Amino acid sequence: MKLSDIINILHAEVLAGEDFISGIDVDRCYSADLMSDVLGRSHANGILITGITNPQAIRTADIADIQAVCVVRGKQPEAEAVALAKQKDLPLFITKMGMFEACGILYTNGLRGVAERQ
Amino acid sequence: MTLQRKDGLPDRMTKTQEMVYELTVGEVMPPTMVTVAPEQTMAELRVLLRDNRLSGTPVVENGKLVGMISIEDLINALTDNAISASIREKMKTKVECLYADELLVHCIAKFSKYGYRRYPVLNRDDQLVGIVTKGSIVEGLLKKLEVEYEQAESKVAVARQRPTMKKFFEDVSADEISFIFKYHVAGRSLKEAGKAASELKNALRKMGVCPPLLRRIGVATYEAEINLASYTMGGVIRAQVEKWGITVEAIDTGPGIPDVEKAQQAGFSTAPDWVRELGFGAGMGLVNMKKCADEMNLKSSVPEGTHLTMQFYYTS
Repeated sequence: MKLSDIINILHAEVLAGEDFISGIDVDRCYSADLMSDVLGRSHANGILITGITNPQAIRTADIADIQAVCVVRGKQPEAEAVALAKQKDLPLFITKMGMFEACGILYTNGLRGVAERQ
Repeated sequence: MTLQRKDGLPDRMTKTQEMVYELTVGEVMPPTMVTVAPEQTMAELRVLLRDNRLSGTPVVENGKLVGMISIEDLINALTDNAISASIREKMKTKVECLYADELLVHCIAKFSKYGYRRYPVLNRDDQLVGIVTKGSIVEGLLKKLEVEYEQAESKVAVARQRPTMKKFFEDVSADEISFIFKYHVAGRSLKEAGKAASELKNALRKMGVCPPLLRRIGVATYEAEINLASYTMGGVIRAQVEKWGITVEAIDTGPGIPDVEKAQQAGFSTAPDWVRELGFGAGMGLVNMKKCADEMNLKSSVPEGTHLTMQFYYTS
């Protein structure tokens, strides 16, 4: 699924990495507020949906080769998080939707989750 | 569908086989479709089939599928001189359907079982969302093959550009060769945590370590770094790159882990609230590290400190 389409359907506001959005096509989604769960299970060509607003969300995405981060519930990420996303060329955006709603909408549009790594 | 061939190309067959278990009907279904209403006449159907180059189409009433009508029904109507009859009189009402989330393998089975040329596709609320033909299956499979081919091509291109770590060690000679990367990690603060893992990953990428291994090392090092930052007075992350693989160590100066075995159980955590608030402390750190590393060894004594060693082997 194209990242630009995801941003459109979640009515999301882009905070970092605008220039890289058009080239990104993700095939999996992982949603969690626990970064160890993300590190243990996420998919390399995926998107992370989280309520975590500190720089660790960006670090986690960077380490786990996640393509983009979406912060839900309209929370404003910390300035350091936005700066780190910019430094890492990682698209970061926020949506006013809750985690459940955002995931539901993406699922309906064909995006799927990630199986546990064996 | 033939799954085994005696005269070669077993790989490609396996790939296609794999794809029919991965793709869903919804994924190969064309994005648009033409439908007719039951009150329209067969004459109108003729024009519609001709203009859209179709040989059949679903009949929809109030958003619900009520039947299928094909060029065969049209020919029968012509023979019976009933071209002004309504579609409702001529359509087939006993229709085999597919669901959009059904796997392609089920869809193919249905094609050979019933012999129809097209199947209406429904969502789980029984609304018509599209139509699938043998042509759409072939197109869907070809498209997926093309995407995977391109991905494989670009992987090959990347591999050509960068010499692998293993290749480097084969090309140079000494009694012992190693590269050491050392990072200091502050304790009792997550502010900078992850920086060492990120920088190590970046350095190893530049040295030509392949992306899947890079990711495993990155994740394991990051978890180790989070542990140093969350639970210890601070410590060191040390990575040693050698001919056979890479060793990552996390060494701290206390306070040590009282029960090493318990600490490695999934979900066991002694994380304080400030760590949990930042999204960590789920008791999965050591579990994740073990999953990522090829070998892991954890030694700890109270109050001296902990020494974690992880080894990663080159895969290619």
